[in-house]
Amino acid sequence: MTRAELFEKVQEIFRDIFDDENLIIKESTNSNDIDDWDSLNHINLVVAIESEVKIKFNLEEVSTLKDVGAMLDLILLKK
Amino acid sequence: MKIKEILKYPFDSSIIIRKRKAIRRELIKKNITRKLKIAILGGSTTSELINVIELFLLNQGYLVTFYESDYNKFFEDAVFDNTKLLAFSPDVIYIHTTHHNITEYPSLVASNEEVETIFQSELSKFEYIWTSLEKYKCPIIQNNFDLPLNRSLGNLDCYNVHGKSYFLNRLNLNFSKRAQSNKSLYINDINYLSASIGLNNWHDKNLWFTAKHAVSFDAIPALGNNIVSIILAILGGSKKCLVLDLDNTLWGGVIGDDGLSGIKLGKESSLGEAYLQFQSYIKELKQRGIILAVCSKNNHEIAKEGFMHSDSILVFEDFTSFKANWDPKNLNIEKIANEINIGLNSLVFIDDSAMEREIVALQLPSVSVPNVGNNILDFIDFIERNNYFETVNISGDDLKRNAFYAENIERKKQKAVFENYQDFLFSLNMKAEIKPFSNIYIDRITQLVNKTNQFNVTTRRYKLNEIETIASKDNFISFYGKLSDKFGDNGLISVLIGEVLNRSCIIDTWLMSCRVLKRDMEFAMFHMLIKECKAKNLRNIIGIYKRTNKNDMVSSLFSDLGFKFIREEVDGSVVWEFEIIDYLQKKTTIKIN
Repeated sequence: MTRAELFEKVQEIFRDIFDDENLIIKESTNSNDIDDWDSLNHINLVVAIESEVKIKFNLEEVSTLKDVGAMLDLILLKK
Repeated sequence: MKIKEILKYPFDSSIIIRKRKAIRRELIKKNITRKLKIAILGGSTTSELINVIELFLLNQGYLVTFYESDYNKFFEDAVFDNTKLLAFSPDVIYIHTTHHNITEYPSLVASNEEVETIFQSELSKFEYIWTSLEKYKCPIIQNNFDLPLNRSLGNLDCYNVHGKSYFLNRLNLNFSKRAQSNKSLYINDINYLSASIGLNNWHDKNLWFTAKHAVSFDAIPALGNNIVSIILAILGGSKKCLVLDLDNTLWGGVIGDDGLSGIKLGKESSLGEAYLQFQSYIKELKQRGIILAVCSKNNHEIAKEGFMHSDSILVFEDFTSFKANWDPKNLNIEKIANEINIGLNSLVFIDDSAMEREIVALQLPSVSVPNVGNNILDFIDFIERNNYFETVNISGDDLKRNAFYAENIERKKQKAVFENYQDFLFSLNMKAEIKPFSNIYIDRITQLVNKTNQFNVTTRRYKLNEIETIASKDNFISFYGKLSDKFGDNGLISVLIGEVLNRSCIIDTWLMSCRVLKRDMEFAMFHMLIKECKAKNLRNIIGIYKRTNKNDMVSSLFSDLGFKFIREEVDGSVVWEFEIIDYLQKKTTIKIN
């Protein structure tokens, strides 16, 4: 999977979790940019990504996923 | 994506949780008037569970407001003065505790007395909670305990007095005993639920350590559904009646074609045994008060005969309503509900045919129609894991039942989705292949000729070589028919043989499998026959109906097609004639070839 393809999938997940069909994310998007991105929704994002791309993050990794770019980096590393 | 389907077993947790907000948006568009207040006292993170409980209850027509205890404050919220909870005035209190909430397990060196003290102290903690909550005068739903994923004592863990499994199993038994005597205490059996899901899937260590979710996201929908079904059972909203198809649902095969001795039921075959198990399960439901009904496309007498089978566990008298005829099933199900005098929303319909399920689901949206598929092995799971017939009391729920009947006086007639049956047939996108016999189908044609009893005008039987001869001769017209629709391929289901004699075509054999009845396939076959007769410059078609005790359904086939009555023979056969020049093509719902 290319980074661009993965980005599309992650964008869809963000749109579902935050229930905003028009949400546009960037690599730099982080919890300051999205009001609802709290610790509970962070877990929802993580679980949705895990189930979509069939990977499992380990404990330390979950807290390093500060922004979209970091998410993409780590997923691509683990794929 | 149909919301109704998403919130049914088998649950796809990734869709439910990820699309939760969109699903919720759809559900609250409906006009929901019933309100419910639920207090959730949690021993772990409950945010996602609450979200899912809300979805299931919205889907059942309840607007819910929640009281959620602070993280792991279930004990404090329950036993100390709690003005917030008092003001909230809950209709139901749910205590979401798991094995993570055990205060203390006995150490390996604890004496028997110490083990007992620790056990009693844990039990009394919960008893204290339940007594303290009595002042809210509402039902209390209490989880029993799931087992931890790991057990350092190995198998000994379940029978050594110091074992954690032993400790938890004892607590569970004591919870059950308390619930037997405390009429407002209901057990949410997560011990069973976690086992049925599998402890490996029930637990998610990552989620526990990162967010203190005691149950994996995969398991949350099943857990939420379980809690909601207890709530509905308390409110008297469980289903009351199970409506069952017959052929390939209560036995294997088609009784009208295979006969009483041909259907699969009993210990002689693995398939027969599976149907027996299904019947046995249904009998158990009946014994605990679930009303049974039959809705089958069949001849009434023949259908009834199925329950004379020596291995049948169900008997004809088990069914409060028995509809075996050829009317659309949605009409029959409405009649069943009227006869029993219950609302359509109390019915669950089980049928192996995807098409019948779709008709009923579309025409009668308040009837529960699980997509059971066509594998008998799955049927019980679909009934059970949707928790349709959840019950909290086996004998005396008369009070609730009264409330239930009162509610149903307001029942409104369902608005049909399709203007008429013709529109429904169009929606199926049916395609037929109707062609002269060819070698690859000779086996199937022979099989159909020898087993079809109901839609069969002459019931003539031919051996394989005789069919081959017919196929090769110029003075015979032969057609096989295959039918597919948007649900899939029905395979080769119709056979027509005509013999040509002096510009006449005499219908020697015309049969069709019952699985495609009322689909206009006979009109498609007839259309092709006419076409062929025209090509051969024939004048008329002679149809002969030979009555047997099983083929009443085609007694009016020829008159329905516009044939003229000629005469009745001494043996009871009726001869009909059709002038080819009179043929007017019917508006067809099937695309041919």
